[in-house]
Amino acid sequence: MERPLTQNIRPDWAPIELKDYERAGGYQALRKALSSMTPKELVELIKNSNLRGRGGAGFPTGVKWEAMPSGTDVVRPRYLITDADEMEPGAFKDRMLMEGDPHQLIEGMILAAFAADTELAYIFVRREYTVAARRLERAVAEAYSHNYLGNNILGSGFNLEMHVHVSAGRYICGEGTALTNALEGERAIPNHRLPRQTDSGLWGKPTLMNNVETLSNVRHIVNNGADWFKSLSRSKDGGTKIYGISGKVKNPGAWELPMGTPMREILEVHGGGMRDGVKFRGALPGGASTDFIVDEHLDTPMDFESLQKVGSRLGTGTIIVLDDQTCPVGMVHNLEEFFAQESCGWCTPCRDGLPWTAKTLKAIEEGSGEPGDLEILEFHTRFLGPGKTFCALAPGAMEPLQSALKFFREDFERHITEKRCPWR
Amino acid sequence: MLTDEMKQKIQIEIDTCPSRKSACIDAMQIVQSRMGWISDDSLKDIADFLDMTIDELDGVATFYNHIYRKPVGRHIILVCESVSCWIMGFGKIRDYLSQRLGIEMGETTPDGRFTLLPVECLGACDHAPAIMIDDQLYWDLDQNKFETILENYK
Repeated sequence: MERPLTQNIRPDWAPIELKDYERAGGYQALRKALSSMTPKELVELIKNSNLRGRGGAGFPTGVKWEAMPSGTDVVRPRYLITDADEMEPGAFKDRMLMEGDPHQLIEGMILAAFAADTELAYIFVRREYTVAARRLERAVAEAYSHNYLGNNILGSGFNLEMHVHVSAGRYICGEGTALTNALEGERAIPNHRLPRQTDSGLWGKPTLMNNVETLSNVRHIVNNGADWFKSLSRSKDGGTKIYGISGKVKNPGAWELPMGTPMREILEVHGGGMRDGVKFRGALPGGASTDFIVDEHLDTPMDFESLQKVGSRLGTGTIIVLDDQTCPVGMVHNLEEFFAQESCGWCTPCRDGLPWTAKTLKAIEEGSGEPGDLEILEFHTRFLGPGKTFCALAPGAMEPLQSALKFFREDFERHITEKRCPWR
Repeated sequence: MLTDEMKQKIQIEIDTCPSRKSACIDAMQIVQSRMGWISDDSLKDIADFLDMTIDELDGVATFYNHIYRKPVGRHIILVCESVSCWIMGFGKIRDYLSQRLGIEMGETTPDGRFTLLPVECLGACDHAPAIMIDDQLYWDLDQNKFETILENYK
């Protein structure tokens, strides 16, 4: 099985040095693209590869690149931003890619910048990822010194500046328009979806934004072609996926596997199955803001469409497992506390609804829940659902709640009738 | 007072942005790395340097989790309270640290050595529970490991 994304990553995630990266074929894709491809050909290649965004939304990457305005009268400067603000609870895949192989991301960014005709690039990395940020800063400096960045890159006439920005920390910065506000030195509050960022993003200029894992794939597609990339996958979305698993499994971790690997295989073969004495009850397939799936869904391929069909989402592809010794109400309470804390406060349903949700869950968990509380929670899952707020934070927060109310309803009811948490 | 060194570092950030105020988050992080926190005086100095009003800058400062508008200890302990750490026993870690240091979350020890803060997912979910002290991540924690870890921070 081929593992292009993680081929250079050591077990302890120690970074690969530039000379070793080059020896392993690093920056060959950049040389190839700059010497023999037009930006348009590169966009077509990525479109044909069926690469979809790995940050959670799964938007086709090539289509996003193509949306950058073209022509001779375009507004400048144009920006490329890597969203390296990995803060989804349960997710740790981008940290691995940045710490273990920073040049792979940088090469992917230079290729994306060439395809989208941008001259300035930022890596927006979260505050707590200090190791990743230091390694990226060092790798960027190395790339400058070898003329992979700067003016007239490798004699091609293409110029690119790159900066690493360390965030001051808020989950909402992972939302595209909030991220650009953070980079502009504002409160990170999301904007309207229109105009699109590709038309008016950072400082009102055309801006392309992609996730770390998405961009890390680019050089491999350039080197090996779209058909090769599609052949890596077990589904119609191209490529491999870095899946992770946490919770009470024997061997928590992250692995690069074919896109569309079923959760059962990830849990049992790679995660080693459940720890002794605990049983599987359910899982969030792709981070905190995805719907629970349960036993009957374990054979679902972990890809965008298959998980959608069973009412959940691939999200980040990092699975959080709920076991039978852990209280589902407590787990959902923890999640909603997180979302309430991280709401930026701009939209009323989110700002007021999430703390109400969290308080109701706290009361149920502590044994002071009342009849009617579940209806209050259900009301929130509708009132904070899609279309009621600027961004996806509140709808995402409702996903684990609505599915927990469906799959673990008896547990919620027992808390209320017995006036205590049965797990305590 | 902003030192010349701080001003130079902030200027480097300003030079990458179309406007001075765009560098304000970097500027606060630069000052905080020297001063530990952003006092009212520092806030005013930074606002003046970036041609911003104090309120405008404070609006940004109070939005972000890692801009500290109150004094903090010499070392900051971030305790991950997100879902994977919660499942793996974050509560015991929090209670132990709280008892051992004699402070609640959000407080600083009387000797100014440690501040205890909750943090959202540290991205070490496969090694939960995890904490971060200053810039160093610690994981797969149990109580026995703490004594040796805390000894490293005077």
